[in-house]
Amino acid sequence: MRVLIRPKAGILDPQGVAVERALPALGFADVANVHVGRLVELDVNDVAQLEPMCEKLLANPLVEDYEILLDV
Amino acid sequence: MKFAIVQFPGSCDDLDALGAARLVGDAELLWHRERDLKGADAVVVPGGFSYGDYLRAGAIARFSPAMESVAAFAREGGLVLGICNGFQVLCEARLLPGALLVNASRRFTCRQVELEVVNAETPFSRACASGERLSIPAKHSWGRFYAEDRTLRAMRESGQVVLRYAADQNFNGSLRDIAGVRNEAGNVFGLMPHPEHAVEELIGGSADGLKIFESMRLSVEGVLA
Repeated sequence: MRVLIRPKAGILDPQGVAVERALPALGFADVANVHVGRLVELDVNDVAQLEPMCEKLLANPLVEDYEILLDV
Repeated sequence: MKFAIVQFPGSCDDLDALGAARLVGDAELLWHRERDLKGADAVVVPGGFSYGDYLRAGAIARFSPAMESVAAFAREGGLVLGICNGFQVLCEARLLPGALLVNASRRFTCRQVELEVVNAETPFSRACASGERLSIPAKHSWGRFYAEDRTLRAMRESGQVVLRYAADQNFNGSLRDIAGVRNEAGNVFGLMPHPEHAVEELIGGSADGLKIFESMRLSVEGVLA
Protein backbone atom coordinates (compact mmCIF):
# COMPACT_ATOMS: atom_id res chain seq x y z
CA MET A 1 0.00 0.00 0.00
CA ARG A 2 1.05 3.56 -0.53
CA VAL A 3 0.30 6.80 1.19
CA LEU A 4 0.85 10.02 -0.74
CA ILE A 5 1.45 13.10 1.37
CA ARG A 6 1.45 16.55 -0.13
CA PRO A 7 1.58 20.12 1.17
CA LYS A 8 -1.89 21.61 1.57
CA ALA A 9 -3.04 23.96 -1.16
CA GLY A 10 -2.41 27.57 -0.29
CA ILE A 11 0.58 26.93 1.95
CA LEU A 12 3.88 28.12 0.51
CA ASP A 13 5.82 25.10 -0.78
CA PRO A 14 9.38 26.35 -1.34
CA GLN A 15 10.51 22.96 -2.64
CA GLY A 16 7.83 22.98 -5.33
CA VAL A 17 8.70 26.58 -6.23
CA ALA A 18 12.40 25.68 -6.58
CA VAL A 19 11.63 22.76 -8.88
CA GLU A 20 9.19 24.85 -10.90
CA ARG A 21 11.89 27.47 -11.42
CA ALA A 22 14.57 24.92 -12.27
CA LEU A 23 12.67 23.10 -15.03
CA PRO A 24 12.48 26.02 -17.50
CA ALA A 25 16.23 26.47 -17.07
CA LEU A 26 16.60 22.96 -18.51
CA GLY A 27 14.38 23.73 -21.47
CA PHE A 28 11.09 22.47 -20.00
CA ALA A 29 9.19 25.71 -20.28
CA ASP A 30 5.61 24.46 -20.11
CA VAL A 31 5.41 23.68 -16.38
CA ALA A 32 3.10 25.00 -13.66
CA ASN A 33 1.79 24.12 -10.19
CA VAL A 34 4.71 21.96 -9.10
CA HIS A 35 4.42 20.54 -5.59
CA VAL A 36 6.75 18.13 -3.87
CA GLY A 37 5.43 15.66 -1.31
CA ARG A 38 6.32 12.29 0.21
CA LEU A 39 5.50 8.69 -0.60
CA VAL A 40 5.23 6.12 2.20
CA GLU A 41 5.09 2.46 1.17
CA LEU A 42 3.88 -0.05 3.72
CA ASP A 43 2.20 -3.43 4.19
CA VAL A 44 -0.67 -3.72 6.66
CA ASN A 45 -3.29 -6.43 7.03
CA ASP A 46 -5.97 -4.18 8.44
CA VAL A 47 -6.39 -1.33 5.99
CA ALA A 48 -8.73 0.42 8.41
CA GLN A 49 -5.63 1.30 10.40
CA LEU A 50 -4.19 3.40 7.58
CA GLU A 51 -6.27 6.48 8.22
CA PRO A 52 -5.48 6.74 11.96
CA MET A 53 -1.82 6.09 11.08
CA CYS A 54 -1.92 9.06 8.72
CA GLU A 55 -3.70 11.29 11.22
CA LYS A 56 -1.36 10.44 14.08
CA LEU A 57 2.04 10.08 12.49
CA LEU A 58 2.49 9.78 8.73
CA ALA A 59 1.06 13.23 7.95
CA ASN A 60 0.48 16.44 9.84
CA PRO A 61 -3.15 17.14 8.88
CA LEU A 62 -2.71 20.80 9.80
CA VAL A 63 -0.35 21.41 6.89
CA GLU A 64 -0.48 18.27 4.74
CA ASP A 65 -3.12 16.33 2.77
CA TYR A 66 -2.80 12.59 2.44
CA GLU A 67 -4.18 10.05 0.02
CA ILE A 68 -4.30 6.32 0.70
CA LEU A 69 -3.75 4.10 -2.36
CA LEU A 70 -4.67 0.50 -1.69
CA ASP A 71 -3.88 -1.25 -4.97
CA VAL A 72 -0.36 -0.96 -6.19
CA MET B 1 13.49 25.37 41.61
CA LYS B 2 14.31 22.35 39.51
CA PHE B 3 14.30 21.99 35.72
CA ALA B 4 14.18 18.71 33.81
CA ILE B 5 15.86 18.87 30.37
CA VAL B 6 14.57 16.16 28.04
CA GLN B 7 17.30 14.37 26.12
CA PHE B 8 16.42 12.53 22.89
CA PRO B 9 18.76 10.66 20.59
CA GLY B 10 19.72 13.53 18.28
CA SER B 11 19.30 16.34 20.80
CA CYS B 12 22.26 18.70 20.55
CA ASP B 13 21.36 21.73 22.65
CA ASP B 14 20.49 19.75 25.77
CA LEU B 15 23.71 20.61 27.58
CA ASP B 16 23.47 24.32 26.83
CA ALA B 17 19.88 24.24 28.12
CA LEU B 18 21.12 22.41 31.23
CA GLY B 19 23.82 25.06 31.75
CA ALA B 20 21.36 27.93 31.26
CA ALA B 21 18.84 26.40 33.68
CA ARG B 22 21.60 25.94 36.27
CA LEU B 23 22.29 29.68 36.19
CA VAL B 24 18.87 30.20 37.79
CA GLY B 25 18.17 26.92 39.60
CA ASP B 26 18.81 23.18 39.74
CA ALA B 27 18.54 21.10 36.59
CA GLU B 28 18.82 17.47 35.53
CA LEU B 29 18.69 15.63 32.23
CA LEU B 30 15.73 13.36 31.52
CA TRP B 31 16.52 10.53 29.05
CA HIS B 32 13.74 10.02 26.49
CA ARG B 33 12.94 6.51 27.78
CA GLU B 34 12.32 7.72 31.33
CA ARG B 35 8.87 8.66 32.52
CA ASP B 36 9.67 10.02 35.96
CA LEU B 37 10.07 13.80 36.02
CA LYS B 38 11.54 13.40 39.52
CA GLY B 39 9.68 16.33 41.01
CA ALA B 40 10.79 18.90 38.43
CA ASP B 41 9.03 22.26 38.57
CA ALA B 42 9.56 22.92 34.87
CA VAL B 43 10.56 21.01 31.76
CA VAL B 44 12.70 22.13 28.83
CA VAL B 45 12.41 20.31 25.50
CA PRO B 46 15.70 21.32 23.86
CA GLY B 47 16.91 21.87 20.32
CA GLY B 48 18.51 19.36 18.00
CA PHE B 49 17.33 16.67 15.62
CA SER B 50 15.36 14.26 17.81
CA TYR B 51 15.15 10.79 16.24
CA GLY B 52 16.97 12.17 13.22
CA ASP B 53 14.00 14.44 12.36
CA TYR B 54 12.72 11.47 10.34
CA LEU B 55 9.33 11.94 8.67
CA ARG B 56 8.91 15.49 10.05
CA ALA B 57 10.82 17.37 12.73
CA GLY B 58 9.40 16.38 16.12
CA ALA B 59 6.93 13.82 14.71
CA ILE B 60 8.48 10.77 16.36
CA ALA B 61 9.82 12.41 19.53
CA ARG B 62 6.30 13.33 20.54
CA PHE B 63 5.52 9.63 21.18
CA SER B 64 8.51 8.97 23.45
CA PRO B 65 7.85 7.85 27.06
CA ALA B 66 9.37 11.09 28.40
CA MET B 67 7.06 13.19 26.23
CA GLU B 68 4.01 11.30 27.46
CA SER B 69 4.96 12.38 30.98
CA VAL B 70 5.68 15.92 29.79
CA ALA B 71 2.26 16.12 28.11
CA ALA B 72 0.57 14.96 31.33
CA PHE B 73 2.67 17.46 33.31
CA ALA B 74 1.59 20.23 30.89
CA ARG B 75 -2.09 19.29 31.19
CA GLU B 76 -1.77 19.68 34.96
CA GLY B 77 -0.39 23.20 34.49
CA GLY B 78 3.34 22.47 34.70
CA LEU B 79 5.69 24.88 32.92
CA VAL B 80 7.07 23.52 29.65
CA LEU B 81 9.53 25.40 27.43
CA GLY B 82 10.28 24.13 23.92
CA ILE B 83 13.27 25.53 22.05
CA CYS B 84 13.71 25.05 18.28
CA ASN B 85 13.30 21.27 17.80
CA GLY B 86 11.55 21.31 21.18
CA PHE B 87 9.07 23.84 19.78
CA GLN B 88 8.50 21.52 16.80
CA VAL B 89 7.93 18.60 19.18
CA LEU B 90 5.37 20.59 21.22
CA CYS B 91 3.50 21.60 18.05
CA GLU B 92 3.47 18.01 16.80
CA ALA B 93 2.17 16.95 20.24
CA ARG B 94 -0.60 19.58 19.87
CA LEU B 95 0.51 21.19 23.11
CA LEU B 96 1.04 24.37 21.07
CA PRO B 97 -0.92 25.70 18.08
CA GLY B 98 0.46 25.69 14.55
CA ALA B 99 3.34 23.99 12.78
CA LEU B 100 6.91 24.77 11.76
CA LEU B 101 7.56 24.47 8.03
CA VAL B 102 10.73 24.63 5.97
CA ASN B 103 12.21 28.14 5.82
CA ALA B 104 10.91 30.14 2.85
CA SER B 105 14.53 30.30 1.64
CA ARG B 106 14.81 26.46 1.94
CA ARG B 107 18.19 27.11 3.57
CA PHE B 108 19.60 26.36 6.98
CA THR B 109 20.28 29.73 8.54
CA CYS B 110 22.34 30.54 11.61
CA ARG B 111 22.32 34.15 12.76
CA GLN B 112 21.66 36.53 15.63
CA VAL B 113 18.06 37.78 15.53
CA GLU B 114 16.34 40.70 17.18
CA LEU B 115 13.07 39.76 18.83
CA GLU B 116 10.32 41.90 20.27
CA VAL B 117 8.44 40.93 23.42
CA VAL B 118 4.75 41.10 22.49
CA ASN B 119 3.37 39.69 25.73
CA ALA B 120 5.41 40.18 28.91
CA GLU B 121 2.70 38.78 31.12
CA THR B 122 3.50 35.11 30.73
CA PRO B 123 5.46 32.74 33.01
CA PHE B 124 8.21 32.75 30.35
CA SER B 125 8.52 36.49 29.70
CA ARG B 126 7.69 38.21 32.99
CA ALA B 127 11.32 39.25 33.50
CA CYS B 128 11.00 41.28 30.28
CA ALA B 129 9.15 44.50 29.54
CA SER B 130 6.43 44.62 26.90
CA GLY B 131 8.01 45.86 23.66
CA GLU B 132 11.52 45.09 24.90
CA ARG B 133 13.98 43.81 22.31
CA LEU B 134 15.94 40.63 22.87
CA SER B 135 19.01 39.65 20.87
CA ILE B 136 19.15 35.85 20.61
CA PRO B 137 20.69 33.49 18.04
CA ALA B 138 18.60 31.27 15.78
CA LYS B 139 19.77 28.29 13.71
CA HIS B 140 17.35 26.13 11.80
CA SER B 141 16.00 24.97 8.45
CA TRP B 142 12.44 24.31 9.59
CA GLY B 143 11.34 27.42 11.50
CA ARG B 144 8.61 29.04 9.43
CA PHE B 145 5.66 29.31 11.79
CA TYR B 146 2.35 28.51 10.19
CA ALA B 147 -1.20 28.38 11.52
CA GLU B 148 -4.59 28.79 9.86
CA ASP B 149 -6.06 32.29 9.73
CA ARG B 150 -8.68 31.64 12.39
CA THR B 151 -6.03 30.18 14.71
CA LEU B 152 -3.81 33.22 14.13
CA ARG B 153 -6.70 35.54 14.96
CA ALA B 154 -7.55 33.63 18.13
CA MET B 155 -3.88 33.61 19.14
CA ARG B 156 -3.58 37.34 18.74
CA GLU B 157 -6.78 38.04 20.64
CA SER B 158 -5.77 35.87 23.57
CA GLY B 159 -2.16 37.08 23.79
CA GLN B 160 -0.64 33.79 22.65
CA VAL B 161 2.00 35.50 20.52
CA VAL B 162 4.76 36.08 23.08
CA LEU B 163 7.69 36.97 20.82
CA ARG B 164 7.92 38.19 17.27
CA TYR B 165 10.79 38.92 14.93
CA ALA B 166 11.56 42.66 14.93
CA ALA B 167 11.26 44.63 11.67
CA ASP B 168 13.46 43.08 8.91
CA GLN B 169 14.40 40.15 11.16
CA ASN B 170 11.89 37.55 9.98
CA PHE B 171 14.40 35.49 7.98
CA ASN B 172 12.38 32.27 7.80
CA GLY B 173 9.04 33.59 6.53
CA SER B 174 7.00 32.96 9.69
CA LEU B 175 3.42 34.18 9.42
CA ARG B 176 2.87 37.51 11.20
CA ASP B 177 6.56 37.50 12.22
CA ILE B 178 5.74 35.02 14.99
CA ALA B 179 8.83 33.73 16.81
CA GLY B 180 7.43 32.41 20.09
CA VAL B 181 3.96 31.27 21.15
CA ARG B 182 2.23 30.06 24.28
CA ASN B 183 -0.72 27.75 24.68
CA GLU B 184 -4.13 29.03 25.71
CA ALA B 185 -3.61 28.18 29.37
CA GLY B 186 -0.25 29.96 29.31
CA ASN B 187 1.93 27.22 30.84
CA VAL B 188 3.50 25.92 27.61
CA PHE B 189 5.78 28.09 25.48
CA GLY B 190 7.81 27.42 22.36
CA LEU B 191 10.22 29.53 20.30
CA MET B 192 12.57 28.92 17.39
CA PRO B 193 15.51 31.12 18.54
CA HIS B 194 17.81 29.76 21.24
CA PRO B 195 17.73 31.61 24.59
CA GLU B 196 20.05 28.96 26.08
CA HIS B 197 22.81 30.11 23.69
CA ALA B 198 22.55 33.71 24.92
CA VAL B 199 23.14 33.54 28.65
CA GLU B 200 26.75 34.82 28.91
CA GLU B 201 27.77 38.11 27.33
CA LEU B 202 31.35 36.90 27.09
CA ILE B 203 30.57 34.14 24.61
CA GLY B 204 27.16 35.02 23.21
CA GLY B 205 27.49 38.78 22.90
CA SER B 206 24.14 38.95 24.70
CA ALA B 207 22.69 37.48 27.87
CA ASP B 208 19.11 38.29 26.86
CA GLY B 209 18.18 34.61 26.71
CA LEU B 210 18.66 34.31 30.44
CA LYS B 211 15.47 36.37 30.88
CA ILE B 212 13.40 33.42 29.67
CA PHE B 213 14.90 31.12 32.31
CA GLU B 214 14.75 33.84 34.95
CA SER B 215 11.06 34.40 34.12
CA MET B 216 10.40 30.72 34.70
CA ARG B 217 12.21 30.79 38.02
CA LEU B 218 10.21 33.86 39.07
CA SER B 219 7.00 32.08 38.13
CA VAL B 220 7.84 29.03 40.22
CA GLU B 221 9.40 30.77 43.21
CA GLY B 222 7.34 33.94 43.09
CA VAL B 223 10.16 36.25 44.16
CA LEU B 224 13.03 38.22 42.65
CA ALA B 225 16.52 36.88 43.32
